[in-house]
Amino acid sequence: MSAAFNYRPTASPQEAAAWTRRQILATDLRAVGGRAYPRVTGMFREKSWVFFEILLPFLATSAFVFVYRALQAPPEYVGFVVLGGAMTAFWLNVIWMMAQQLWWEKSQGNLELYFAAPMNIMAVLFGMAVGGFVMSSTRAVAVLAIATTLYGVSFAIDQWFLLIAVFFLTLAALYGLGMVLAGLFLMWGREAWHLTQLMIEPVYFVSGLNFPVGRLGIVGSLAISLLPLAVGLDAMRQLAFADAAYPLGTPSPEIEALILVGMTVFFLLAARLTLRLLERLARKEGRLSVRWQ
Amino acid sequence: MSLSPDLPAIDVRGIRRVYNVKPHPVVALQGVDLEVAPGEFFGLLGPNGAGKTTLIKILTTLLLPSSGTARIFGFDVERQTKQIRRIMNMVAGGEQSGYGILTVREQLWMFSQFYGLPSKDGWRRVDELIEAVGLGEQREQRVATLSTGQRQKMNFARGLLNDPWIFFLDEPTLGLDVSAARAVRELILAWKAAVPGRTVLLTTHYMAEADELCDRIAIVDHGRILALGSPEELKRRVQRESVFRLELDRLDGGPAALRRLPGVVGATSASIQDDGRERQSVEVNLVLEDDTALGGVVGALAGIGSHILALRKSEPSLEDVFVELVGRGFDEESDEHEPPDPDRTPDPRDTAHEAGEREEEQALV
Repeated sequence: MSAAFNYRPTASPQEAAAWTRRQILATDLRAVGGRAYPRVTGMFREKSWVFFEILLPFLATSAFVFVYRALQAPPEYVGFVVLGGAMTAFWLNVIWMMAQQLWWEKSQGNLELYFAAPMNIMAVLFGMAVGGFVMSSTRAVAVLAIATTLYGVSFAIDQWFLLIAVFFLTLAALYGLGMVLAGLFLMWGREAWHLTQLMIEPVYFVSGLNFPVGRLGIVGSLAISLLPLAVGLDAMRQLAFADAAYPLGTPSPEIEALILVGMTVFFLLAARLTLRLLERLARKEGRLSVRWQ
Repeated sequence: MSLSPDLPAIDVRGIRRVYNVKPHPVVALQGVDLEVAPGEFFGLLGPNGAGKTTLIKILTTLLLPSSGTARIFGFDVERQTKQIRRIMNMVAGGEQSGYGILTVREQLWMFSQFYGLPSKDGWRRVDELIEAVGLGEQREQRVATLSTGQRQKMNFARGLLNDPWIFFLDEPTLGLDVSAARAVRELILAWKAAVPGRTVLLTTHYMAEADELCDRIAIVDHGRILALGSPEELKRRVQRESVFRLELDRLDGGPAALRRLPGVVGATSASIQDDGRERQSVEVNLVLEDDTALGGVVGALAGIGSHILALRKSEPSLEDVFVELVGRGFDEESDEHEPPDPDRTPDPRDTAHEAGEREEEQALV
């Protein structure tokens, strides 16, 4: 008989069930690492992403570069579109691998195992976010580096610290939004794929991925107040091209950093609330546990 | 080792579960009462649609009961979900969980993190379990490339990562071939026997599996427990007479000669075996009032010059028990399975059955 079957670390079910706060926290942190692992590992095992997620976005970015050059737009516009192209990787990751993920996990049978495990389900979402961030960062850096080199983009950065802070705040708010969407998409079920499609091109447009969002006037201002990608990108452009004649009509990077902080807090709280409601609803209606529903 | 002898491993009181689906609500469980002792191997046996999966989902905190209470080692399934999740684990048949891109080792390690095992301890436990379930050669193989049987062994290892005090197995051998199913059953028994006090709740519609594994069985149909007891107790319920099969070298006068003997309820000729050479034999089914009548039969056979070549006692199966209780076999459609008439009041038994059918279908996807 295998020694593995003799393993019995606790003396009673009551002892096994009584966890300290430290154990609870440690389990949640380990669950983050555990769930991030497949994403980071998968990045090295599936080489096709080099083509689909670096080359194809690079081509889309290049198209805008050539259009701006043909129109003899100010040279910093090339930099704007390159930065936008890099940030595309994160939005695609949030939409395809955060928002839609819980729905996919449910259809695979993973979701009920997540709910039946003792960790907080938010830890799973954090793990997805961390893994997704690592995956997308490599893609974003690749697009940024190739496009910057090929098209001769020159950055003018005065406030390095603020730029880095805005970058991470943008990602925190973006992945927070992804967590909220993950819960909502799970609730909407079969419409998840259509919703994902719906949230790609329109969000590209109102976020100003390929042009300064200030050009959109009132729509741009609305986007800045609602979409992490719009506000984050706008702030990063102002900070990365400090010498450019940036279009007026958008708040300063400092204000936009505060908006991002607010968004991050709001989205994380909303995600927590959504998941709680979702689990309660799922247990009541059987949607998580009975796959035909 | 303290096993909390006062607290049952499972304590279910009046559990009822209704799915509010269109066009009619589906009643999957209608007032189930059940108590399972710590250390018991308990089986829920029933056909597709009986409500087994619904009950297991409630006990594993994934589903709320519509009414009634359920406790696992004293923890309430509605309010103390975290405590229950720390002491239990579950494996379902046809489970496709995890990520195909990971290796077996990595996948199990990932799940070990969800149960809070420190990373190094997790890898060590994973390696031990991989060996224990016989997946040593597949440890670095990607999950997507495993056979169904290998995958189920891996799922079984996943279920043991946290050394559950109570292990829920929902049709664990579903879809496995004979040898893979046997391997999984042997693993379950080996794990259960290794440490006293481990409790297992198994749902199955394979009667031989329930008979082989379980200390006690509840026969479930249409959301109700119809009978509960050890396999032997259940079989005794339908065993009103002793049934033997006799193989004789000859039987002058045929089975009628036996029917006249005291204590013999019936005797019928089963078959005549002829091996084409000199040897011929007669098989007779013999129904006696009880086993004590057998002595008289043996003596009488000797008196008429018949030699007994073989004697075998026929035991009733759990299928006989089910047929006795329900009036149909496992594989037979129930009368209630007809399409509902929209003009009549829905019979909850119809919908309960249909719900279960869908449950089982989905479990196979």
